[in-house]
Amino acid sequence: MTALSAFPAAKAYSADLDIRVTDSSLRDGSHAKRHQFTPEHVRSIVGALDDAGVPVIEVTHGDGLGGSSFNYGFSHTPEQELIKEAVKTATRAKIAFLMLPGLGVQDDIREAAGNGASICRIATHCTEADISLQHFGLARELGLETVGFLMMSHSQPPEVLAKQARIMADAGCQCVYVVDSAGALIMEQSSDRIGALVAELGDDAQVGFHGHENLGLGVANSILAVRAGAQQIDGSTRRFGAGAGNTPVEGFVAVAEKLGIRTGIDTLKIIDAAEDVVRPVMDGECLLDRLSLTMGYAGVYSSFLKHADAQAERYGVSGAEILIEAGRRKLVGGQEDQLIDIAVALAAKNSTLAGKN
Amino acid sequence: MTSTATAAIVGSGNIGTDLLYKLQRSGTIEPRWMIGVDPDSEGLQRAAALGLEASAEGVDWLLTRGELPDLVFEATSAYVHRANAPRYAELGIQAIDLTPAAIGPAVVPAVNLDEHRDAPNVSLITCGGQATIPMVAAVSRVVEVPYAEIVASVASPSAGPGTRANIDEFTRATSRGIEVIGGARKGKAIIILNPAEPPMFMQDTIFCAIPEDADRDAIAASITKMADDVAGYVPGYRLRTEPQFDDPNPMSGGMARVAVFIEVEGAGDFLPPYSGNLDIMTAAATAVGEGFAGRILADRTPAAS
Repeated sequence: MTALSAFPAAKAYSADLDIRVTDSSLRDGSHAKRHQFTPEHVRSIVGALDDAGVPVIEVTHGDGLGGSSFNYGFSHTPEQELIKEAVKTATRAKIAFLMLPGLGVQDDIREAAGNGASICRIATHCTEADISLQHFGLARELGLETVGFLMMSHSQPPEVLAKQARIMADAGCQCVYVVDSAGALIMEQSSDRIGALVAELGDDAQVGFHGHENLGLGVANSILAVRAGAQQIDGSTRRFGAGAGNTPVEGFVAVAEKLGIRTGIDTLKIIDAAEDVVRPVMDGECLLDRLSLTMGYAGVYSSFLKHADAQAERYGVSGAEILIEAGRRKLVGGQEDQLIDIAVALAAKNSTLAGKN
Repeated sequence: MTSTATAAIVGSGNIGTDLLYKLQRSGTIEPRWMIGVDPDSEGLQRAAALGLEASAEGVDWLLTRGELPDLVFEATSAYVHRANAPRYAELGIQAIDLTPAAIGPAVVPAVNLDEHRDAPNVSLITCGGQATIPMVAAVSRVVEVPYAEIVASVASPSAGPGTRANIDEFTRATSRGIEVIGGARKGKAIIILNPAEPPMFMQDTIFCAIPEDADRDAIAASITKMADDVAGYVPGYRLRTEPQFDDPNPMSGGMARVAVFIEVEGAGDFLPPYSGNLDIMTAAATAVGEGFAGRILADRTPAAS
């Protein structure tokens, strides 16, 4: 009997764990760090999280395997080196990696598996699941555990997401995540989507939730997701992620403990890790500031934050205006290049207006 | 002596049918046969209505006619083209391959058509390659390009099941084209499918690493000229903004770069205008076909005595 039994839709992850948590600070946090992670950063964070009992730690360029590029920012240290370092450091935790079909390729998956990572997480925009089939197939063939990411899940209704989740599950995905890339989902909007996936997938695959803090709802949305049947939850210690950051693992773990939900993570140790180990690696806190809140409000992909910042500075235009235009153009994850185009257009408009005065 | 080269279109789906309208406008190519496998296909019906000989009996039917085409445009699948290509070659029919089979040399009309006018089989690479390789070539004509990267964004409804099931093939083939034809030492390709409604035009961004002290005016001029060259056979091809030059920074891997932003609006012949990614393939195929036709017709002209 666990505290979950009060919620008929809730499902325990295993006999020992109600929920399996994946920490993404070394992947989603890569955006906040502008992809400048070093092997030392990986050693210290993996060491602390592993010691606190975090069962899965994701390590990759923020945009997944092959993300090191002009479009997304070049990595300081090649991600495969970081994966090796993480595998070497972890004593209990499994090391996961992310990949986006269309950017990463199957050879990248082979290399990450060869470097000792054991969980392959494959992400597509939430209407495009059918570009992931060959990658799920390969991951399973390699004996990797698989997770599917339906990104920008706020942009589609529950029934559409459920159909896309079915495509991933049929391709070999063992857990499909509702991914709130824009941090735009509000309370029941999260749990309704989780419920639709659980109903569609039944015992064929698990369901997970990946939240962002752009409307300040990461922990609340995650708890509602658990009550609706999610068995895996993503977070980033100290919210170290894109936009206003991810669901804080230490916050989620503390709340879960108070609710009697077993995560297997030591609450006091993860609170210490957040303050003493993760925070010093961060260039700054992930804040719910003007731009981050604008992203949640306008439904914009969280990883655009640092790029909008950079282009705003480069072209002397408003970062918030760039993000709102990105929302209006319905850009999806990966279209960082378009932010330059938007900034150039805004600068041209501004100078035309100035010329008229 | 005829003044046009005859052509067959093999594959009566969206691409083949769009190509039909473009070839109809050509002054040097006469599309005479349209081949499919489904008698009810709209493409075959449209072809018949336009006066072509249309058959649902596949290439066997085509290759047993009394008269063979000078050119064949293959718009089936990589699998089918691999089977058909040796038969065309044996009969001396030049093949223009719109599938990802990549049997013959890759051709981008604005860059390297002249090198391959005699090739028995040429490949059109990918839509992203047709749209972006010209810009890499434009830059590498002026300066050394150690690395080039392209981002192709296409409207979801214009990406068919073949592309979706083999998305790695797109990135691999396009990267290779960036290197071999574009002239970059290393190439990288990224494709994004965007489901926005109404569907977006195809948009591509081309990033080229350049030397810090490069002559930026000369690079910009080469880019503008290349955009005009491509627009000569793809009327909806245009620069969305001036090329953007950036000095090195940590996020740029310490490299100076130029970024080029283009958009491709389809002609709307058979496919809707947002599918610029498909339009640029059929338009490039037509341009290659006309290049081949020019040589074929010149060979036919009796030598002046």
